[in-house]
Amino acid sequence: MSGLMTVFWKELADHFCSKRFIILLSLIYLAGLSAVYVALQTIRSEVTGTTELVFLRLFTTSGGVLPPFLVFIIFFIPIVGIALGFDSINSERSSGTLSRILSQPLFRDAVINGKFLAGLVTMGIMLVSIVTIIGGMGLRLIGVPPSSEEVWRILIFLGVCIIYGAFWMSLAVLFSILFERTATSALAAIAIWIFFTFFMPMIAGLVADAIVPLSQSEAQSNPALIVKHEEVERMILRISPTTLFGEAMVTILVPTVRTLGPMLVRETTRMIPNPLPLRESLLIVWPHLTSLIALTVICFAISYVKFMRQEIRAT
Amino acid sequence: MNEQAVVETVDLTKSYRNVTAVDKLNLRIEEGEIFGFLGPNGAGKTTTVLMLLGLTEPTSGTARVCGHNPTREPLQVKRITGYLPEKVGFYEDLTARQNLAYTTRLNDLADEDASSVINEALNIVGLSDVADQKVGKFSRGMKQRLGIADVLVKHPRMVFLDEPTSGLDPDGANQILDTIAQMSKEHKITIVLSSHQLPMVQRICDRVGILVKGRLVAEGPIERLGREALGGGRFRIEVQVSQPSPNLDESIRRINGVVSVEKSGDFLFITCDQDLRPQIAKAIVDSNTLLVQMKIQDYGLEEIYMKYFREG
Repeated sequence: MSGLMTVFWKELADHFCSKRFIILLSLIYLAGLSAVYVALQTIRSEVTGTTELVFLRLFTTSGGVLPPFLVFIIFFIPIVGIALGFDSINSERSSGTLSRILSQPLFRDAVINGKFLAGLVTMGIMLVSIVTIIGGMGLRLIGVPPSSEEVWRILIFLGVCIIYGAFWMSLAVLFSILFERTATSALAAIAIWIFFTFFMPMIAGLVADAIVPLSQSEAQSNPALIVKHEEVERMILRISPTTLFGEAMVTILVPTVRTLGPMLVRETTRMIPNPLPLRESLLIVWPHLTSLIALTVICFAISYVKFMRQEIRAT
Repeated sequence: MNEQAVVETVDLTKSYRNVTAVDKLNLRIEEGEIFGFLGPNGAGKTTTVLMLLGLTEPTSGTARVCGHNPTREPLQVKRITGYLPEKVGFYEDLTARQNLAYTTRLNDLADEDASSVINEALNIVGLSDVADQKVGKFSRGMKQRLGIADVLVKHPRMVFLDEPTSGLDPDGANQILDTIAQMSKEHKITIVLSSHQLPMVQRICDRVGILVKGRLVAEGPIERLGREALGGGRFRIEVQVSQPSPNLDESIRRINGVVSVEKSGDFLFITCDQDLRPQIAKAIVDSNTLLVQMKIQDYGLEEIYMKYFREG
């Protein structure tokens, strides 16, 4: 534990004093509050007396132009993670503080662990505060208290958000170890994010078309082909952590979602459109959650090993 | 060998893929001395220091710092040694005092004790009046001085200074050197100082080691190295005479302390251990020769350095 807490507190203080943190926080607050404001406008018309789990709709209802909070979060978390991690090691190296700190009596891993932990806590505080504020506003404005299941779902939602953020942060930390310049590491991390967010759906579509070609006439007569096409596309999409996170979030916050793949009409005929219990929702996204955790752990492990083995040169 | 050396290395070697940065280094540094590590850029000075600190693993050979093996027990070594890297850096958004406070906390110093230690260190390096300014506004020299304060707050038993005066103006360099000398004297700290700048090493070091291409080519007090390097005395006296008498060089050679005399035309080149100008002048006048002029050169590290570097 030697030095870990010292590094952690120092990094945490640095984060909170940095302009970067203030910008990110105001961005998240602005997006969150506007999304919820719009959601509140439309939520009244959607909800009838029999609607269950109204509280969760605060996070998932969109109002015309503005996407729901959920979509904002899917976009923002990678940015927050990258912003908190992209210069963690290489900026210390280039400013000459790293060799000075490492000549102090602390284990080398205390530096990287302390930094990672501080980033995680910073991100956690951002997310918990905005979700709490939204919850408070909702409570006051729609007047429906959340049920215990809703509270659990929100807590799980927060936990998954933090894991997802941890993935992007560990990726950014890895790049900050691999690349000497902060600009390079930031761009590399953003490039990966853009790839997963914007290009992955196109690539998935192309690959699915290549593996299961669909012509107009065939598709009409053979629904199994369409299902297969869809499955291939999903499978490829799920390589991307963005998809994993998106699907997991939707399942947890929209309890009526019961499957993430395609369904045939005949399968839905006897379905009762009521929300799934929390346990069932979790069961659907369990593979997603474990993959996300695994990705984070892998990224962090590579950074850890790289950092422990890296030569410490003054120049 | 009864007294334990502060630093001792046995065949310390470090190679990177196909380059040998440090080649079988055998070094012994005693308590309380100022040891100068000399060598051109890329000679392996920094690599040696990093190995002694446990920041880099040696390829073979062993090192001991105050009785600890830096590779196996890096924390013990880092606790009692201070290191000032060549391009020392501080957190620019923090004040000088906050930067030092971070160091004291990393060294497990209680906050109550830390503030007096920090004040003392800032006093020694003369930065007390800017202690609460952000380091981002500091000049190169001030940062270097803060680096020494950063080393001092640990109360180290020994200190490694990597090019402590590089990039400083002569005035700033002298200030740093004075602080280092004072630090060694007052706190009985062993100092290892690496540099490629000769005059500064000459000024404060008790002993020097010359490192060329990873090999220690010479080691010892400066005077002895000079004698070894030049094969003669430390001083070189150039005498111009007119109409020298034939037995002049013989009579000069007879003066106690003269190492060699060379004659070319009207010029005599004399090497000797001390400044023997009065005796030489007397010898010249006694042999009925006219003395035109006499110049003395003090042999310093420059010659030693050039000799070894060329050999290397």
